[in-house]
Amino acid sequence: MNPNRKPGPVASALAEVGEAGLFLLAILAAIPGSLRHLRETLRQIWFVGAMSLIIIMTCGLFVGMVLALQLYYTLAKFGGTAALGTVVALSLFRELGPVVTALLFAGRAGTSMTAEIGLMRATDQLSAMEMMAVDPMSYVVAPRFMAGIVAMPLLACIFSALGILGAQLVGVSWLGLDNGTFWGNMTANVDVWKDFANGLWKSTAFGAVVALTATFQGYTTAPTSEGVAYATTRTVVSSSIIVLALDFVMTAFLM
Amino acid sequence: MSQHRQSFHIGTGLFIVLGFAALAYLAMQTTSVANYSQGDSYLLKARFGNIGQLKLRAPVKLAGVRIGSVRSIELDQQTLEAVVLLAIDSRYRELPDDSAAAIFTSGLLGDQYVGIQPGGSPIMFADGDEVILTQSSMQLEDLIGKFLVSGDKPESDAESVDAEPASAKVPAEDP
Repeated sequence: MNPNRKPGPVASALAEVGEAGLFLLAILAAIPGSLRHLRETLRQIWFVGAMSLIIIMTCGLFVGMVLALQLYYTLAKFGGTAALGTVVALSLFRELGPVVTALLFAGRAGTSMTAEIGLMRATDQLSAMEMMAVDPMSYVVAPRFMAGIVAMPLLACIFSALGILGAQLVGVSWLGLDNGTFWGNMTANVDVWKDFANGLWKSTAFGAVVALTATFQGYTTAPTSEGVAYATTRTVVSSSIIVLALDFVMTAFLM
Repeated sequence: MSQHRQSFHIGTGLFIVLGFAALAYLAMQTTSVANYSQGDSYLLKARFGNIGQLKLRAPVKLAGVRIGSVRSIELDQQTLEAVVLLAIDSRYRELPDDSAAAIFTSGLLGDQYVGIQPGGSPIMFADGDEVILTQSSMQLEDLIGKFLVSGDKPESDAESVDAEPASAKVPAEDP
């Protein structure tokens, strides 16, 4: 094969998947080394988790409120408005909580991870670290990856909690559903392992995927300002696609 | 610098505490975990000919108030009846021992639960007692079947089912 020939789109996509897989292995190998930089991990949890709280809480509240409105409209056709609490909780725990949080997380935290690491690459800070015998994988990449894994399930829980409160606000306070029915049917039909934990596994996996995509795009960016901009866009696009595709696969397996 | 570090530590701590609080709240308050009876309970046994769709941990209600839950459902090999163990919260000790247990459905599509109708006996149930008076779950199919068999006029199925509400009105017209 002629080495000067540019690889086709399929080959380059495959190459990127392979590179990302190797990058994941490199991160996992770097995690023991990153335990020495626990403060850095903590700072990243603050940055990707605590700083995302406002957007997650607002979005959770509004998603819960609109979910209650829409489901009330639909359930009223069947005379089943008593099931509103159950349906809202199930859709939030099983689907909307993890997925919407992951999409918001990719937009809010993933992009800034990519841009930060990409700029480090573009300004040769990563090379400087290597010069100083500081492994950038365990000082820069692994803490961000772990912060993503820790922060995502917590953010998804906060999202779902605010969503249920929003649904209660609309369903009970506004549409006049009985509060006891709302909560009683919810607790009767939502299982802690089958439904709630299911969403937790999903959001943990999504956290890992989004953090992996973001750090990978940043780490392998072309070291120019255009390259950083391009990598940031690719983070949002590819992590959204991967999250939604993975969501389908995980739902099929965890059913 | 130390001021800044302090503030992000607080922020991270706040985030983690808030996240786990949301996790605990959702797991304990919005799922079936909320239905596990807290504290002590005592057991009552009840035999039913048919329990319908009664499930484990289904509520036990008296006058609409939840007083316990279904602990276990088994089949008695001798009598071929369903034996249901009801775990009643200890704070509801004062149940007359001639109370009756029946299986009801909450709403049209709701889950089934065990309803207790209090009796008038001065003696109260003790732990492990058996509820003698029981009423099995209503099976919609049986009701329709009985109606079809007992119907005097031979009619098509759809009309017989339609006629059911009319026959239900009869007692209301009596007085």
